[in-house]
Amino acid sequence: MILVWLIGLLMGGGLLAFLVGQWNKTLPRWISLYTLIIGIIALISFWIEHYEAINIGSMEPWLIDFQQDWIPSFGISFHLAIDGLSLLLLILTFFLGILAILCSWKEITEHHGFYHFNLLWILAGISGVFMAMDLFLFYFFWEIMLIPMYFLIGIWGSKNREYAAYKFFIFTQASGLLMFISILALYFTHAQSTGRYTFDYFALLGTVMAPQTAFWLMMGFMIAFAVKLPLVPFHTWLPDAHSEAPTAGSLILAGLLLKTGAYGILRFVLPLFPEVAKTFAPWAMLLGVIGIIYGAILAFSQTDLKRLIAYTSVSHMGFVILGIFAFNELALQGVVMQLLTHAISTGALFIMAGMLKERLHTRQLDEMGGLWFQMPKMGAIAVLFAMAALGLPGLGNFVAEFLILLGAFKSSVWLTVPATIGLIFSAIYSLRMIQKVFLGPIPETAPISDFSWREVFIMAVLTISIIWLGLYPQPIINTARPMINQIEHLFPTEFKNQTIK
Amino acid sequence: MKTAISMEMILLLAGLLFVLGIAGVIIRKNIIFMLLSIEVMLNASGLAFIAAGSHWGQPDGQVMFVFILAMAAAEVSVGLALILQIYHQHKSLDIDNLKEMKG
Amino acid sequence: MEHLLWLIPAFPLAGFLVLALTGKSMPPVWVAIIGAGTVSLSAIFTIIIGITFLSLPPASAHYVQTLWTWMEISDFHPEISLYLDALSLVFAFVITFIAALIHLYSVAFMAFDKDYSRFFACMNLFVCSMLLLVLADNLLLLYLGWEGVGLCSYLLIGFWYEHPENGYAAQKAFIITRIGDTAMAIGIFVIFYQFGTLLIPDILAKAPSLWQPEASMATITALLLLAGALGKSAQLPFQTWLPDAMAGPSPVSALIHAATMVTAGVYLIARMHVIFELSPTVQLIIAAIGAATLFIAGFSALTQYDLKRVLAYSTISQIGYMFLALGLGAWTAAIFHFMIHAFFKALLFLAAGAVIEALHHEHNMFKMGGLRTKLPVVFLTFVIGSASLIALPLISSGFYSKDQILWFAWASKNGNPLLWLIAISGAFITALYTTRMVMLTFWGEVKTEVDRLPGKLITIPLIILAFFSICVGFIELPHNFGSLTLFSDFLHQVLPETLLKSTASGEVFFQLLGALATFSGIYTAYILWYKQPEHLEKLKRNEMLLRLYSFWHSGWGFDQLYQTLIVRPIVFIATINKNDVLDKIYQGITLISVALYRSLSFTQSGSLRWYIMGLVVGAIIILGIQIML
Repeated sequence: MILVWLIGLLMGGGLLAFLVGQWNKTLPRWISLYTLIIGIIALISFWIEHYEAINIGSMEPWLIDFQQDWIPSFGISFHLAIDGLSLLLLILTFFLGILAILCSWKEITEHHGFYHFNLLWILAGISGVFMAMDLFLFYFFWEIMLIPMYFLIGIWGSKNREYAAYKFFIFTQASGLLMFISILALYFTHAQSTGRYTFDYFALLGTVMAPQTAFWLMMGFMIAFAVKLPLVPFHTWLPDAHSEAPTAGSLILAGLLLKTGAYGILRFVLPLFPEVAKTFAPWAMLLGVIGIIYGAILAFSQTDLKRLIAYTSVSHMGFVILGIFAFNELALQGVVMQLLTHAISTGALFIMAGMLKERLHTRQLDEMGGLWFQMPKMGAIAVLFAMAALGLPGLGNFVAEFLILLGAFKSSVWLTVPATIGLIFSAIYSLRMIQKVFLGPIPETAPISDFSWREVFIMAVLTISIIWLGLYPQPIINTARPMINQIEHLFPTEFKNQTIK
Repeated sequence: MKTAISMEMILLLAGLLFVLGIAGVIIRKNIIFMLLSIEVMLNASGLAFIAAGSHWGQPDGQVMFVFILAMAAAEVSVGLALILQIYHQHKSLDIDNLKEMKG
Repeated sequence: MEHLLWLIPAFPLAGFLVLALTGKSMPPVWVAIIGAGTVSLSAIFTIIIGITFLSLPPASAHYVQTLWTWMEISDFHPEISLYLDALSLVFAFVITFIAALIHLYSVAFMAFDKDYSRFFACMNLFVCSMLLLVLADNLLLLYLGWEGVGLCSYLLIGFWYEHPENGYAAQKAFIITRIGDTAMAIGIFVIFYQFGTLLIPDILAKAPSLWQPEASMATITALLLLAGALGKSAQLPFQTWLPDAMAGPSPVSALIHAATMVTAGVYLIARMHVIFELSPTVQLIIAAIGAATLFIAGFSALTQYDLKRVLAYSTISQIGYMFLALGLGAWTAAIFHFMIHAFFKALLFLAAGAVIEALHHEHNMFKMGGLRTKLPVVFLTFVIGSASLIALPLISSGFYSKDQILWFAWASKNGNPLLWLIAISGAFITALYTTRMVMLTFWGEVKTEVDRLPGKLITIPLIILAFFSICVGFIELPHNFGSLTLFSDFLHQVLPETLLKSTASGEVFFQLLGALATFSGIYTAYILWYKQPEHLEKLKRNEMLLRLYSFWHSGWGFDQLYQTLIVRPIVFIATINKNDVLDKIYQGITLISVALYRSLSFTQSGSLRWYIMGLVVGAIIILGIQIML
């Protein structure tokens, strides 16, 4: 029941914020903040409650399950369930949600109610995506998170917002339709072989189909998730959307929306089409590697701070694909870690880009420089997160990337080596960013204020989490383990025990 | 009573009238003339109905003609009213001056 | 004592945390006390633990302290675990001891800097990372320290960030070492899948049974690890970052870019020596790289104007000697030279820093001179350090370490005459450029006035280091006189003995040759730069020599080579692709749809008569089709 309550809480909170926003400007953000705090407390207590069981190493991945008929005549049910992966991503959703509210505390100056309505409904959609175990319901939530995001970019974005919003919408909508076709096709294929019409995930898991059919169905899912992730060459919506969105929008885009793509692959593509996924794996890994290097090179050449950070996401998400299709425990654990740490590190960088924009009214790197003098705190934190982005050991991203590369090395040596070279490129763009923004001659402008207390709080939380994940990631690893073991069981064959010669 | 005029001739006449009507609608710029041309087209089709009705010895053709008459009357009254309004608003009856819906 | 091991890196870490969180609002005195105090405490603990280790050697010849399991995924479970044996004890001692002295020096040296606390925070973090590097018991933790020191090096080279060139120097240092680190990371992957563990003692124990000598896997692994070591230790072909790294404050150059971090490569190779021994090819490569580097860097040092750049090139050159020794299988000689080098090079950098500070940030040696009488303490200590660098026979400790390497270059199993020849000519060049440096700086006429005399806090560390630069050498004396082998005996717990050729003999003769090279170097420099400068003028008129001079001055053109071969093409590609060529596909799709919609909306002209025309034509076509069929 807690799952339904969570979604209800978010949607209700959003509506309340919208209504209150009609006559009060400050109340909506307090309402959203409290909504999310209640949510995260519920989730964390749920985690702690179940952590004992997780720690013992039970093989049953599902922690909680809720099912209710919705449209029974079509076999659609309101089926929510979570396992370790979903739980981690849900906590991440609420965590970043709180930060998103906090970082838009001063940035948003108009339509307060509607803004928080959109924010909470995006989070509701994302939470739904992470919980839904009915494919129709999944698609429903998939679309729910899309529309408020469109408004968020289109209304509160910066100069070129409409273009970015359209681009975002069309990319995700078109790819979402492909997925919907695949869902329907899967529904009918399943019915043909069993005579039972159902959208239920667990029922559809073992659907028998011809390899050719399976390939096309998988591509439908895969493209939808690849666009969200984003995988090169479907990544071009991302820099526009990221750079034009308000800070909270970028944070949620980078921190959560991209993760739904990876989640989708882990949850649907691999279990539903294991055979095809196996044959597709080398290509997917190749695309991942291309993404790592291509994204990094593009990030290096950007002159717009937010675009630069956006391209680093492309690069980091390449690691995710590489890890997923390596199909072994090390790499998959790395993927889960990467989902969390990338959300934190890139989120932090976006928040700082937003803070800089608030102060300097520009995103252009050429108009910055020497800011360390006036903002030593922000400089130090920026260095920390730039280091996280380039995978400095001791910070969470290193654990993630190292595990992914270590796991991928087992599957394919020749793809892992160029991926590792991506680490050099990540150093190049991260250092360039620091150099351009914080180092260099001290500007002779009006004084710029360093972090305020609210900002110190946001950054302290993020810093502590990234260091925690870097030095003691075991709780995350343990929580994700049952789910990852299950995926690993799907691919027991040639990839395992293959030592390099 | 036997007529000397064959069915084909009447239909040809009706077709001619119809084409004349269409040509009028296309060529004329004045809305009133276009309305007149539409009357011609309607009557051409009415003529074809009558001819066909008498050929088959059935009343349906005449029934249809009555319909057409009624419709033409309605159309003219509405059409004229529209034309009056258009003239009031635009001080012109030139159809080419009235283009407003452009893609 | 085992359970106190964690305190060694923990003190500097605590210092870093306190300074990073509250340093800005703290009075400078407190910053100095915390910054220098934590490192001194760490040094004291290292010495206490070291004494216990020496007096009551543990049965297993090492201490281990496991703090916690970093992560645990099926059979991959690296731990945060510290491991102290003879080798890491030597390194930990050198690091903490020299770091404590340098911190003390910095208290005065950096006193007028606006970012006093940032400096100490970074230095403390550096000491912590460096200690983790040498105390790590598995490769992943070693890698943490390895990258951590890289970060601190970056932060400290770019410490005076107002000048963009400092920032770029820092960036260059980080990125070039990162290239090596990446190769090393791949090496770690290979090791994990070969051995199923990253625990260093296990790897070393398993390697000989897993691999035959000259096995291709051993060669690949050794090469990958070597690349990491070359990057960090600024050896060919990665040496270009170190001279630029002199943009940092002098204590940083002394601590990071002379005494400790740049020798991390030496540590890595010595630590993983079993793997390297299994691949004689790679050993030969190491020796060759070491020899080539010491030679190239020596000539570059000879042509620099900037006092600190001379020292930087000499550091590269001296580490070349260490690599040569490692390649020869003279493990203990390499570590011995590392220790001696750490003392005298830290001393030289600190003294150079004092000179530069006294002359109001003047780096150019040609604008110095006559400082012998103005800065007597600095002069004396600098000369002592230089004597050690030159390897002045008998009285300097540099002699005892370098002599060993020269001897092994000839006599060890892997040695050959060519390596020996390069090494001994390197010794000549070292004497040449060092004497030149001393002559230009301290002799001659006064060109820049001294405006600030160094205080006690600056001179005391110099004197202590000078003492060590002379005396440490006496713990290891050559066979033919004294034959004291305290140091190598101690290290032989961990590192194997150096194998000599059966025919090797006549050590005295080679020592005399070494001394001859040194003295002739000193004499030549004395003639050219002090006694009879007209010879130098004559040489300067030679077109060929001048060209060679500028070639050496620019570091043998490596920077330009990398610039044209690697940097420019990548930057060029990145710049032309700034707007992402793949986005053009989607923009193309948009453009096509826009064109289609334009052409369709053209038919919506608003002209009623055209519509009717269309209607009629359509009707005719349909009727026509009807009739035709």
